[in-house]
Amino acid sequence: MNTHYELPLEDAGYSFGFLDEYAKKEVRRCILKAIAIPGYQTPYASREMPMGRGFGTGGLQLTLSLIGADDTLKVIDQGSDDSVNAVNLRQFVQLTCPGVAVTEKTQEATLIQSRHRIPEKALTEQQILVLQVPYPDALVVVEPSEARRKVMHGEADYSRLLVKLYEDVVRFDEITLSHRYPTRINGHYVIDPSPIPRWDVPRLHQSPALVLLGAGREKKIYAVPPYTVAEPLVFDDIAFRVEDFRDTHGRRIACRCCGSTVSFLDELIDDAGKVTHQCSDSAYCEEQQETISARKQA
Amino acid sequence: MSNKILSVRGLSRIHGEPCPLCIVSTGPEHDTNICPHCGSVVAAHDVSFDLYRGEILGIIGESGSGKSSTVKMLYFDDMPTAGSATFHDGDTQHDMFTLNAAQQRSMRNKRFGMVYQNPHLGLNFQISAGGNIAERLLMSDLKHYGEIRTRAGDLLARTEVSRARMDQNPRTFSGGMQQRVQIAKALATRPPLLFLDEVTTGLDLSVQAAILDLILEIQHELGTAMIVVTHDLGVIRLLAGRTLVMKHGRVIESGLTDQILEDPQHAYTQRLVASAL
Repeated sequence: MNTHYELPLEDAGYSFGFLDEYAKKEVRRCILKAIAIPGYQTPYASREMPMGRGFGTGGLQLTLSLIGADDTLKVIDQGSDDSVNAVNLRQFVQLTCPGVAVTEKTQEATLIQSRHRIPEKALTEQQILVLQVPYPDALVVVEPSEARRKVMHGEADYSRLLVKLYEDVVRFDEITLSHRYPTRINGHYVIDPSPIPRWDVPRLHQSPALVLLGAGREKKIYAVPPYTVAEPLVFDDIAFRVEDFRDTHGRRIACRCCGSTVSFLDELIDDAGKVTHQCSDSAYCEEQQETISARKQA
Repeated sequence: MSNKILSVRGLSRIHGEPCPLCIVSTGPEHDTNICPHCGSVVAAHDVSFDLYRGEILGIIGESGSGKSSTVKMLYFDDMPTAGSATFHDGDTQHDMFTLNAAQQRSMRNKRFGMVYQNPHLGLNFQISAGGNIAERLLMSDLKHYGEIRTRAGDLLARTEVSRARMDQNPRTFSGGMQQRVQIAKALATRPPLLFLDEVTTGLDLSVQAAILDLILEIQHELGTAMIVVTHDLGVIRLLAGRTLVMKHGRVIESGLTDQILEDPQHAYTQRLVASAL
């Protein structure tokens, strides 16, 4: 065991990053396997964490296994750095990983743990994106037996997922999945890309950053390695569409704070029932606002 | 190219741990298919036959005679304990029970069709009738939505289910309609071989006649070879050119249907024919 990582025993009864070294090593090994087989759900010994399953324990274990004292961490939940889940996870990492810097700026982070969103700002090869996943298996909606799902994954038999999409098109004339859109990685395994919206699915494709997905309750890790093909499951004649945020006149809605018309928007309804839209990625929105005010001053 | 599509040799299925006396102490002459020594059930033993392109072969027998077991094995729903079957697909031959699970599934999805007595086995009642057919087409790697729609619509129209009901759940359909949707689903990939397991049982007579007519029309149109399992002599008389008669897991008589109905050789067949006529 690396004594360098040990906190003084008076301060804490656990090693750097809360998990003991063996646990971290096991998680890292599974990460390597997940990268080697893009999209394959690698089983791992998900540890008990001092928080409930469903709070992001899968993502947190990935983060804690990968983080070192020279890393800079950004934690987001629903695109925001200040929501409850993000704040608590960030605090936990700060508490258990002394010396780790935290940031809200996407470009400064080396490690980004996220729930529901991929940051608007393009990621680089130097960054790792960790996504918290509640349901890792895309096939769970059509096949309850895990044994049979494994066979289906092995044979790349995803026709029943397409039947779901077919039914969607028949009923609504379009595919209405808003999130968890089944996505084929490297031409074989189809993953459930966690609750990221459809908007973010094309951004997994050929991403320069490594994307790791961890499911704590389901005890699975899978990965979209850098520069890997990620294609959403579609029919040959119906193209994949992302959310387009248009008002009744067909104009693209702008963020109420920064005026951006190229970002993923959250819909907000105030007490008077008025609907407004705002960037879901708060760090991106703030940066846009700063640029605008800097331009005004100049 | 041979005209043969399927040759089955010595197909057997024993449920339970067999003992050396299982085979000799069961069968029609012992009037049981349960081995008195070990309690194993000899569901089928030494079933052999050939099936030719575009031919309809009937398998008739009472409940528990092994007719459904035979078809289940050929459709990979069950594994035989002994015997072999060769599927002649164009110029290639497949030894069916030596294929791996993935090859068997692909053969089942693309080259075979199955219509069950119970529509709940053949259809997915969570999705629409069109979706059920789309499932078969998607399994055979057709991924074009427009084409899937057209082909599913055509198939349903062919089996006399109105296109207007294509997007409805088969739960809302009558028994006869459910059976027709099942036939449309089985035919979706234009399989050269179709299994029909008691397809008309439980339907009223006029609907039965309509379904049987449909099956005959399809055989004339597409030249699909079929194995029809039934306990109804009328179905055999109307559909099958050749027939196997099964009892207690054994084939007791086989030959041209006319011959079997007019001049039954085995005592059981004689009783069967006498009781029906």
